[in-house]
Amino acid sequence: MISFEPTENSQRAREFYRRMALEQMRPVSRRYDEEEHALPTEWVDYYWKEGRKGAPGNLGGATDGFVQVCIQAEELCFGDAGLYLRMPTAALGGSAVSAAGTQEQKDRFLRPFRESPHPIWGAMAITEPGAGSDSAAIQTTARFDAERDEWVLNGNKIFCTAGQGASQIEGGFVVVWATVDKALGRGGIKSFVVPAKTPGMKLVGLEKKLGIRASDTATLVFEDCRVPAANLLGGKAKAEKKSEPARAGDKGFKGAMATFDASRPIVAAMAVGVGRASLDFLVDELERQGVKIRYDSPPRAQTALERDVLEMVAELQAARLLTWRAASMMNRGKPNSLEASMAKAKAGLVVTKITQKAVELLGPPGYSKKLLVEKWMRDAKINDIYEGTQQINQLIVARRILEYSSSQLR
Amino acid sequence: MIARVIDFEPTEEQALIRETVGEFAKSEIRPRARDADETGKLPSEVLSRAHELGLIANGLPEQFGGGGARSALTGALVAEELAWGDLAIALAILAPGLLGYSVVDFGTDAQKAELLPALIASPTAIGTLALQEPRFDSDPYRPRTQARRTSGGWVLDGAKCLVPWPEGVAQVLVLASEGESLAGFLVPSDAAGLRATPESYLGIRALATAELALDGVQVPAVARLGGPTGAHLRALVARGRVGLAALAVGVARAAFELARDYAKERHAFGAPIATKQAIAFKLADMAIEIDGARLLVWEAAWRLDEGADASREATLAMQQVRRVALEVADGAVQVFGGHGYIREYLPEMLLRNARGFACFEALTLV
Repeated sequence: MISFEPTENSQRAREFYRRMALEQMRPVSRRYDEEEHALPTEWVDYYWKEGRKGAPGNLGGATDGFVQVCIQAEELCFGDAGLYLRMPTAALGGSAVSAAGTQEQKDRFLRPFRESPHPIWGAMAITEPGAGSDSAAIQTTARFDAERDEWVLNGNKIFCTAGQGASQIEGGFVVVWATVDKALGRGGIKSFVVPAKTPGMKLVGLEKKLGIRASDTATLVFEDCRVPAANLLGGKAKAEKKSEPARAGDKGFKGAMATFDASRPIVAAMAVGVGRASLDFLVDELERQGVKIRYDSPPRAQTALERDVLEMVAELQAARLLTWRAASMMNRGKPNSLEASMAKAKAGLVVTKITQKAVELLGPPGYSKKLLVEKWMRDAKINDIYEGTQQINQLIVARRILEYSSSQLR
Repeated sequence: MIARVIDFEPTEEQALIRETVGEFAKSEIRPRARDADETGKLPSEVLSRAHELGLIANGLPEQFGGGGARSALTGALVAEELAWGDLAIALAILAPGLLGYSVVDFGTDAQKAELLPALIASPTAIGTLALQEPRFDSDPYRPRTQARRTSGGWVLDGAKCLVPWPEGVAQVLVLASEGESLAGFLVPSDAAGLRATPESYLGIRALATAELALDGVQVPAVARLGGPTGAHLRALVARGRVGLAALAVGVARAAFELARDYAKERHAFGAPIATKQAIAFKLADMAIEIDGARLLVWEAAWRLDEGADASREATLAMQQVRRVALEVADGAVQVFGGHGYIREYLPEMLLRNARGFACFEALTLV
């Protein structure tokens, strides 16, 4: 039944995370934007001790499921997208383990996130200097050493979000995509869980970025990095199939790609959060300076400012609803690749435009570092790039609506 | 009671209605769309068949012969399907709702008893609604048409345009400013001082519309919608915008689907043009924008069904569909190339129809 009314659980969660955003994140927002590679200690400690418990006294009854997760992501990125990405959680690595891992792997790798006495991180390492969206072009290799029953990883990974924490702090892990046989193409790509501090996994650098500077974006090098056979995501059984003839869309790759169907709505929700930070501030500030946006003036009598703001409000809401739809399909157990990419493409683009427009409309203060508006503009842009660029998501949408395969529409 | 969660799936009943109307649009409306546009005439047999489906009657009260199942959300689903078939024919099919829903929502018991039974029985709209005015800043909330109180009732002065004016129309609900507030008056179409002149527009050519001159039109006190206490008619504007926005989504979807199918058939340089990213990405953007706009429409419609004020959401939905419908229709013309520009194909008509949403108000209600 079509409904836009958040459950009481969602409303409570929204309030809880909104307060967290305003009280815990915003006060240190500027500082960790400036001190790019410093650990935001007060935020990380707060989140580990308090924040991650979630809204107190969770009600029973109906929940909005994945939509609630999106609401949570929106609120926290309304606070600060960089700090959100620095939260001590299993993050995308955890999603991969949850989606493709065996029960034993879920227990082994995710339990520390409940039990560790200190903050820990999970991460996912896919991108390489020569392989971004075209993840099938991955060069990192995984060689099976039957004698020691271990996988041996070699290669370079870049743009690994939370890669510093995940590779350096005991208890965390990095999920690494590597090919077991380049001749197999996509079918040869598997994911491996590399626990933090595994010998052969080296943190060699952190990126200096336009925005989300509180987030540690790592370059990792794998040199004869050995992990037990049991760290192949999905279990040993799949590894034995590697000798089978190449099959396009082997489960390993497809399984890995499926995590995007779950993560893209969340990234879209994060984008919406940044856009809302900017837009809410803009509307409040205009009002403080004497401009009230009218929702009932005739379209052709709107001021230029009103027209811009109404456009921004409508676009942001469209992005939010596309995001919720993609998430609600997961609640229903329906395939949502198309809708997830639609949401991500729309949200990435819309918040990029909104945050840039907000800088414009606020005049010199919008451009100034006295406010956070310029920071939100820098933070927003990444949403149009990671988890599939705008163009990659357009490509996915196009293939679906045209019913073309990846070879028909390249 | 089933606990409600955020969800985007229509109920089974809504899905069935949508499917039925979609089939009707495909088999009955779309094949007549071009001819209706060329001749400027509505296919009356389609209106009769649509009347048998009871699309408007279904939402009117049972005591007057309706189905008693009013829902703005269902209305939005229906409107999208009909407009996917053809916008002008869709507007004509939905036209009985202009007076029907207005009287149900804002009329007195006497006004309902007088108008609704005949309205439900008639296959064409015997009543209509006059809101728009022929000015660039026509403001639905603050019409320039004035209502002045007299000893026996009201006197109306002003000008209206884009008023659906089907053959046999008997009553027109004229919206006017009564001091600072918005009021409605039921005026017989042959009232003294009321002159209706047929109009012709860029699009929706099959829909008969009129420009009205109101020159000292006198109506009795009982003609005021809602009686002596009047009515809070701002909700009517929102209901109009939700209906129009849903229609715009239907027009956009029609244009998108035509462009998509054409792009897969049309070959250039040895392959379907849909295999070129320049075309494929344009189509992807169309699909994304249409879905986003539709969700805004649904949200506004859902608020109306909740009994909440939806004027803000309806405005935002219109803001979005105005752009989306035009861009998608223009995109369809572009994808078709030269074929998009000739009247043998539909895109040029869709572009003309889509542009109308820039100025439409209250041409339909949900």
